[in-house]
Amino acid sequence: MDITARSAAELHTMLESKAISATELVREFIDRINKVEGNVKAFVTLTEESALEQAAKQDEKIARGEKIGPLAGIPMAFKDNMCLTGIRTTCSSKMLENFIPPYDATVVERLLDAGAISLGKLNMDEFAMGSSTENSAFFPTHNPWDLSCVTGGSSGGSVASVAADEVAYSLGSDTGGSIRQPAAFCGVVGMKPTYGAVSRYGLIAFASSLDQIGPVTKTVRDNALVLNAIAGHDTKDSTSVPFEKPDYTEFLVNDIKGLKIGIPWEYFGEGIDQGVARVIQEAIETLKGLGAEVTECSMPHTEYAMPTYYLIAPAECSSNLARFDGVRYGHRSQNNEDIISMFRKTRAEGFGSEVKRRIMLGTYALSSGYYDAYYLKAQKVRTLIKQDFDNALEKFDVLLSPTAPTPAFKLGEKLTDPLSMYMSDICTSPLNLAGLPGISVPAGFVNGLPVGLQLMGKAFSEGMLYRVAYTFEQNTDFHKVKPELTAEVVL
Amino acid sequence: MKISREEVEYVAMLARLELTAQETEDYTGNLNSILEYAGILEKLDTSEVLPTAHAVPLHNVMREDVVKSSMDAAKVLANAPDVENGFFKVPKIV
Amino acid sequence: MSVNDYEMVCGVEVHAELATKTKIFCSCTTEFGGEQNTHVCPVCSGLPGVLPVLNREVVNLAIKAGLALNCEIADYSKFDRKNYYYPDLPKNYQTSQFDLPICKAGWLEIMVDEEKKRIGITRAHMEEDAGKLVHSGETITSSMESFVDYNRTGVPLLEIVSEPDMRSIPEVIAYLEQLVEILEYTEVSDCKLEQGSVRFDVNVSIRPKGSSEFGIRSEIKNLNSYSSVRRCLEYEIERQAKILDEGERVIQETRTWDEGKGITLSLRSKEEAHDYRYFPEPDLVPLVIDREWVERISQTLPELPVARRARFQSLGLSEYDAKVLTDSKDLADFFDQALIEYKDAKVLANWVMGDFSRILNAQQCAVGDSPITPLQLAELLKLIEKGTISGKIAKSVIEDMYTTGKDAGTIIKEKGLAQISDEGALSGIIDGVLAANPQSVEDYRAGKERALGFLVGQIMKATKGQANPGKVNQLLKGKLS
Repeated sequence: MDITARSAAELHTMLESKAISATELVREFIDRINKVEGNVKAFVTLTEESALEQAAKQDEKIARGEKIGPLAGIPMAFKDNMCLTGIRTTCSSKMLENFIPPYDATVVERLLDAGAISLGKLNMDEFAMGSSTENSAFFPTHNPWDLSCVTGGSSGGSVASVAADEVAYSLGSDTGGSIRQPAAFCGVVGMKPTYGAVSRYGLIAFASSLDQIGPVTKTVRDNALVLNAIAGHDTKDSTSVPFEKPDYTEFLVNDIKGLKIGIPWEYFGEGIDQGVARVIQEAIETLKGLGAEVTECSMPHTEYAMPTYYLIAPAECSSNLARFDGVRYGHRSQNNEDIISMFRKTRAEGFGSEVKRRIMLGTYALSSGYYDAYYLKAQKVRTLIKQDFDNALEKFDVLLSPTAPTPAFKLGEKLTDPLSMYMSDICTSPLNLAGLPGISVPAGFVNGLPVGLQLMGKAFSEGMLYRVAYTFEQNTDFHKVKPELTAEVVL
Repeated sequence: MKISREEVEYVAMLARLELTAQETEDYTGNLNSILEYAGILEKLDTSEVLPTAHAVPLHNVMREDVVKSSMDAAKVLANAPDVENGFFKVPKIV
Repeated sequence: MSVNDYEMVCGVEVHAELATKTKIFCSCTTEFGGEQNTHVCPVCSGLPGVLPVLNREVVNLAIKAGLALNCEIADYSKFDRKNYYYPDLPKNYQTSQFDLPICKAGWLEIMVDEEKKRIGITRAHMEEDAGKLVHSGETITSSMESFVDYNRTGVPLLEIVSEPDMRSIPEVIAYLEQLVEILEYTEVSDCKLEQGSVRFDVNVSIRPKGSSEFGIRSEIKNLNSYSSVRRCLEYEIERQAKILDEGERVIQETRTWDEGKGITLSLRSKEEAHDYRYFPEPDLVPLVIDREWVERISQTLPELPVARRARFQSLGLSEYDAKVLTDSKDLADFFDQALIEYKDAKVLANWVMGDFSRILNAQQCAVGDSPITPLQLAELLKLIEKGTISGKIAKSVIEDMYTTGKDAGTIIKEKGLAQISDEGALSGIIDGVLAANPQSVEDYRAGKERALGFLVGQIMKATKGQANPGKVNQLLKGKLS
């Protein structure tokens, strides 16, 4: 197996035993990027030089005989909505094409402190709005399993870079499924932690009450290792929860005997691809075979989650993105008559059509005369959706569903129909509304494209999700299958 | 149609977006279909339901009133499109 | 109809800067001044990705103000975003409070023309200040470009909204003065009007006298002195009266006060509708304020000016003296501290308001910076009482106390200023003066009372004013009889 295909845990063992140096490891990954990036297009910004400098520092540590942490010296990358001092952070938007943050996001700070080597910034749907990474102002990212297909989104660069072995792991952000849905499309492990488990400080906000940062990895173990490094209370984020952070790797036991798994039938309604349904059914059989008690259940407000999500998220985004006005940073239009025309032209030029669509929708939902009918109504339905989860999770340890209703679709296929694109989040967005954790793990294939299994749990039950996901992974081989990326593909 | 072209223009003004005629038309259509879809929420009786603004119930998160050093002025202005004499420069206000 | 046929109806919104060390949502200093854009960090300059964290002291001061203004303190309060675009607002929304303000339903009492009146306070809420715009031209309308300084951005404000209870300009001014006094007294705000740390927005309408309906109001924003408020209201009442007299309708709008021209001007263009799209601030969590917290704050509340004035009057001071002393909290505190050591309130008040204040004013020294402590003043007054020095000598001693910072006792000793009360010593001096002025002695004995005054003067001159005047009188009369 190529070194770049190995898990972070394996790479750590190699570094510790001095089988390879951090610098050599970085060079391996740079070689890999040079080989496949032309086709995958996962990166907005590559920072090979600073990666090599960081690697040299880790090597010095190793040479001095210092003990290194589990993520030290291992190459990774950040979704391009996380601020990193001195490194361009674009949100894949023309608006921030040249924005260089003067500060580090908390997750960046924590990973760099842990010795992580950042190879750069990863492509995404502009300001994390989208489900295919086609809304990047720069270029779409391609699915390593089929380059004519989308990666899913909005964390398309995060999942494609991991699936294509350009990095050992990455961070993504998830507002309505933006880690889990693309993780499913690209056959990797993606976790959206409980709201408040990981600091949002330095994450350029899309919808503040829904956004969470989470790890994208090749294995469940790696996922737990990365969450260990990034989770935990942060005084810079008022919505960060002061909880007692466990060592997530302690939950990685190959045993789910007697665990209760609920299958909400509403997640298997119309719109679910038959192939996907079949894969999930097989996964359920696997889990049953491993001793889990699997029962069907009902979450009656599921059908209301999508419209609720598409009122709340745009409303918050319309306010969060107001700051992009051409005064302090970012794009500014030329030849401005006055401030209002500067604001309007700057924003018209700087934002892409999906971002504008959501700003329009959110502004409307909050505007005078419509607030009660749309925004307030959506917040009330949000309460009902949350109660559905609370009720179901009283009876079950975890809930199980497909991560996405279909496998990856073709590039361009849904671009002209916003609503059908939005439906791609139908299985993932309810969890963001409830603020609960969810993980997507590879569960099989339909026509050569990966399918993801979603596990959902109680607040701060990431450990339980890891246990079920790990047991499933250890008893299946889907995560071992790699996309056949060849350099010759011409697009 | 729940939302008219004029309303779309008004919302675009509120949101400080300059839209082309084509965009105005497109967004009028998009917003109408999305809002029509959102109309299913009307089926639910929520008169007795409290709204959820935060997914995780926290309260009283505060810090102490202790001064920390501010950012270097050069850094404050580093990303600005137009700067003069330590100020951010903008076109006339009215 | 003339202006006098109308009655004004006025409510006021006061924005007071809270006296914290740091901004409301970040740890930048709130210090006034500073080079442009130097009291700024990623949070208050609204960089992408930053998050606010609430300053506890802001909440404490808001509760304190609420208690001083007889408000109900909310059990549950939250922040909301008020969305509007303006270049002095880095996020293009202001984090404020909308439907659940921290304080509501209060009042304060004003006194106009000997009559007490209670003015209702609708609410008081916490919010962040915006930055400062500097215009290249003379006014905002004639400028081709503007410059933005974000030093002020995020400075904590308390917005205090009154009921439309005021019916005359003197009532408005009395309300504002009373409110500012309370905020200063409670140390909620330092109320430096000249630095813009308190700003007033007035909502004013007029109606024919005797009518009980409200007229259509205009809102005049950002007044920063009592005289501006007075002149602006005078102008605005006249403007509205003229409109009504012509049979037209007043337009409900926001106007700005042009200090130079003495007129109000319409501010907003038509496309600027008031549509702030308030919604709960998702980046901040709610406040749950229990009774213990409120109780803790209430224990830090000082005696308020109205109560203090009443107490001073009960000590025998005139209403006027009580008012002068309490107009400045520092002066009243000084008085109270001296009063612990020196019990004659009237004498003390005369000295505090008289020589003490005169010296400070002449030296442009604030009460808080005075080198004379309350204890030192009390000691001086005790020395007069004991007869160690005369009141006249004391006037020069207090000057020395200011310049040297020394105690009265030390100065008296160093300069030998103690009164001569010793009968033996005085007797000799008196004999000498009598011998040198036989004509006066004769005049006195012939019944000319005035001659006594001349002789006393001569004795005081001979003792450089240090002779105890009572003793001199007594001895002199004895010798002359």
